[in-house]
Amino acid sequence: MTATAGTESDTTSDGMKLTLKIWRQANPETPGAMHTFHLEGVSPDMSFLEMLDVLNEQLNAEGEEPIAFDSDCREGICGMCGLMINGQAHGPEVTTTCQLHMRTFSDGDEITIEPWRADAFPVLKDLCVDRSSFDRIIQQGGYVSVNTGSAPEAHSIQVPKDAADRAFDVATCIGCGACVAACPNGSASLFMGAKITHLGELPQGQAERDARVVNMVGQHDHEGFGGCTNIGECTAACPKEIPLDVISQLNKDLRTAMRHGH
Amino acid sequence: MTEFTSDVDSHPDSPGQDSDDAVGYYVPGEPIADTKAPGGPISERWNTRKFEARLVNPANRRKLSVIMVGTGLAGASAAATLGEAGYVVKSFCYQDSPRRAHSIAAQGGINAAKNYKEDGDSVHRLFYDTVKGGDYRSRESNVYRLAEVSTNIIDQCVAQGVPFAREYGGLLDNRSFGGVQVSRTFYARGQTGQQLLIGAYQALERQVNAGTVTTYTRHEMLELIVVDGKARGIIARDMVTGEIETHLADVVVLASGGYGNVFYLSTNAMGCNVTATWRAHRKGAYMANPCYTQIHPTCIPVSGTHQSKLTLMSESLRNDGRIWVPKNKADCTKDPRDIPEEDRDYYLERIYPSFGNLVPRDIASRQAKNMCDEGRGVGPEVEGVRRGVYLDFADAIGRLGRDAVEDKYGNLFDMYARITGEDPYQVPMRIYPAVHYVMGGLWVDYDLQSTIPGLFVTGEANFSDHGANRLGASALMQGLADGYFVLPHTIRDYLADGPFEAVDPSHPAVVEARRSVEDRIEHFMTVQGTRSVDSYHRELGNIMWEYCGMERTEDGLKKAIDLIRGLRDDFWRNVKVLGSAATLNQSLEKAGRVADFFELGELMCIDALNRRESCGGHFRGESQTEDGEALRHDDQFAYVAAWEFAMDEGLGAQKPVLHKEDLTYTAIEMKQRSYK
Repeated sequence: MTATAGTESDTTSDGMKLTLKIWRQANPETPGAMHTFHLEGVSPDMSFLEMLDVLNEQLNAEGEEPIAFDSDCREGICGMCGLMINGQAHGPEVTTTCQLHMRTFSDGDEITIEPWRADAFPVLKDLCVDRSSFDRIIQQGGYVSVNTGSAPEAHSIQVPKDAADRAFDVATCIGCGACVAACPNGSASLFMGAKITHLGELPQGQAERDARVVNMVGQHDHEGFGGCTNIGECTAACPKEIPLDVISQLNKDLRTAMRHGH
Repeated sequence: MTEFTSDVDSHPDSPGQDSDDAVGYYVPGEPIADTKAPGGPISERWNTRKFEARLVNPANRRKLSVIMVGTGLAGASAAATLGEAGYVVKSFCYQDSPRRAHSIAAQGGINAAKNYKEDGDSVHRLFYDTVKGGDYRSRESNVYRLAEVSTNIIDQCVAQGVPFAREYGGLLDNRSFGGVQVSRTFYARGQTGQQLLIGAYQALERQVNAGTVTTYTRHEMLELIVVDGKARGIIARDMVTGEIETHLADVVVLASGGYGNVFYLSTNAMGCNVTATWRAHRKGAYMANPCYTQIHPTCIPVSGTHQSKLTLMSESLRNDGRIWVPKNKADCTKDPRDIPEEDRDYYLERIYPSFGNLVPRDIASRQAKNMCDEGRGVGPEVEGVRRGVYLDFADAIGRLGRDAVEDKYGNLFDMYARITGEDPYQVPMRIYPAVHYVMGGLWVDYDLQSTIPGLFVTGEANFSDHGANRLGASALMQGLADGYFVLPHTIRDYLADGPFEAVDPSHPAVVEARRSVEDRIEHFMTVQGTRSVDSYHRELGNIMWEYCGMERTEDGLKKAIDLIRGLRDDFWRNVKVLGSAATLNQSLEKAGRVADFFELGELMCIDALNRRESCGGHFRGESQTEDGEALRHDDQFAYVAAWEFAMDEGLGAQKPVLHKEDLTYTAIEMKQRSYK
């Protein structure tokens, strides 16, 4: 470890020993491979990413380049982190990778860690992937067209509470991409369905409802995401528990738009 | 920059400062004044400025370019709005998507003076509460404007489809927040920041589609380009390819957030940093009140040296939880349920019998530190000290029943259980204060323009609205006020001088900026020392937390400055960054940020040393009442400390120049607060 880390906490003095099999890839062009690392003294109170921090400090001390992985808020809301852990997006619990803690694992465990795998999420380095395709889907209509300053008084728009609550529930999507990583087809239908449903539930979203779904689905397909075959792995992996029926709403809105001549 | 500093004569009543604790660490400079705020009645000033700010012909706007750094509430909202107006906007963020900026983590809500509850709220009352909450260290004109445009924010966000909480009649719900007596806080469950940011992000992406905004994600600003005294662009690093890029524009806006991560552990995101604002500071933008830090009392404590960040829990928990530590040090390792009532010290209830567990954030935080410093903290021992106090819901569960407690706090209890592995329905929670927000930032005038012409600063990155302490639910308000409704009006007065002559990328100022970035990266890649960046950052954070945290003293701050200077020198000689600069390299990214945190930390200590008074989040041990309460000295310190960067070459350290901006209140009377 480091020169300052002389004193360990109570909980880490005799922690877990783990075998970690981690995907390493130098850049988007070079093929990657699984590498094996051994880590000792892992505290059950560490988050999964703190465990990787400790591994990286160890690698740095040994002269090996630390493993690149994405994270930012580390409180489960920004959507920046996301790893395939033992083949499951965000690991064995319904939460984000940053909120998964090592007490979920046991001394002696072997843990496999890979990046999100999907054609539309190319690997940039090690465990980091490029999810800018999500931004490009939103660019195609994931908004209400209202310029700053042109909004009417807030109370002029009434929204029934059940619609507002439903809109909120699906608007909690954090755009992490676990749905895509979990889907055997690499489809982003849950991500799109969440946005379509959020704006479709609200009066503000009606004017652009048809164009929104047609354009977003068009971009989705253009990006190389796969089609939905209603397997449901997406919703099982979603850390925010976005329900599967947003995909029904997506399909329904798409049919309606096409009937309207889009 | 002389136009900002020459206005000495307008300050005949400049307050006299008895103390000069920071003597030798700084150079006294000329006073500074805000030359943009109009006079006249406070309620008319913003209208006056909007009218006086020159307009830009729509046909000319597409010939004018804006660089926006940061895509949080203050950045995304401004980029979208300027794009809608027709300017050419480049938007930068270090994250992989604009949607991830740390505004997203704000829980509580956003204040607005809508007075939907008809409970006596008004623009003036929101203004009054915010100035008072800031302990009379904010600028009156700016705060009034903030309160004034707060109502527009709600209209805008609702129209965007932000799913605010609603009542059964379909109208917006409000709640009371942060100890104020009116219900003016709009919220979306505990995820208000997320919903507001997604609204701004969608507006931004709409402009990307419209072709007015270009986004540069996974890009980090590493230098400001100043040509002929004006901000004309940035040097950025593509964090995937490592390429150093020059981006030129007619105006630069920094919306790059706060610098709480100078403490290493904070509730900020891992990537939050001071580099954008610090590089601007080094190029001539003054840094104002850098020592004003908000420390939040109810965070989940540190569990070990592996800790990478701290998580905040809503302080609403203090409404029903009782805070205590054992009376006897020997009990600190016992199961708290086995400690009998008579051996518990409910210290807030004991010291503050009338406010009890609901004392303000700074007092609750400081007392928790005192208890742990006495050796009565609980939870895991980290680096020799147990830093935690109990927040006990046993009484509340007994009084209200478990179901009622679960209704009110269920999501917070779940979050706590996930992070700690303990069930707070069975065992008391452990909490400890954590750095949460910084009120200090780059000095700006009423137009949000810094001391470098053409450099504007919005949101947490500037200093202007919160004084020495920020009230709950007002960070979101300020970010969106600046971005949607203030900056788009004030920036046009600057842009009205355009179109501007294009800057040649071979201009010496551009070449110099680029070379300095390349040299710095080259240095980090070639040092090949023995210590990781994180280990330095953690040690710097410990120094800041110990000496420039909840309680500051003259001796402690001087010691901290010495420690920081020594550690910084070691960092430059002995840091170890592996890998290549021509690829994604997270150690290299962190090295640049930590290098700037060192310099910022030094300045924060100098600022705290100079301000020998206690105000808001700044508590000087030497300035307290007999009861241990914060004591302001309005006669000496009713000013903004605006620091100009300067080096003492002999010392090899900063020796900044202090410019004072007097704070005068015409619409509000200054008062001393009391919680007895």
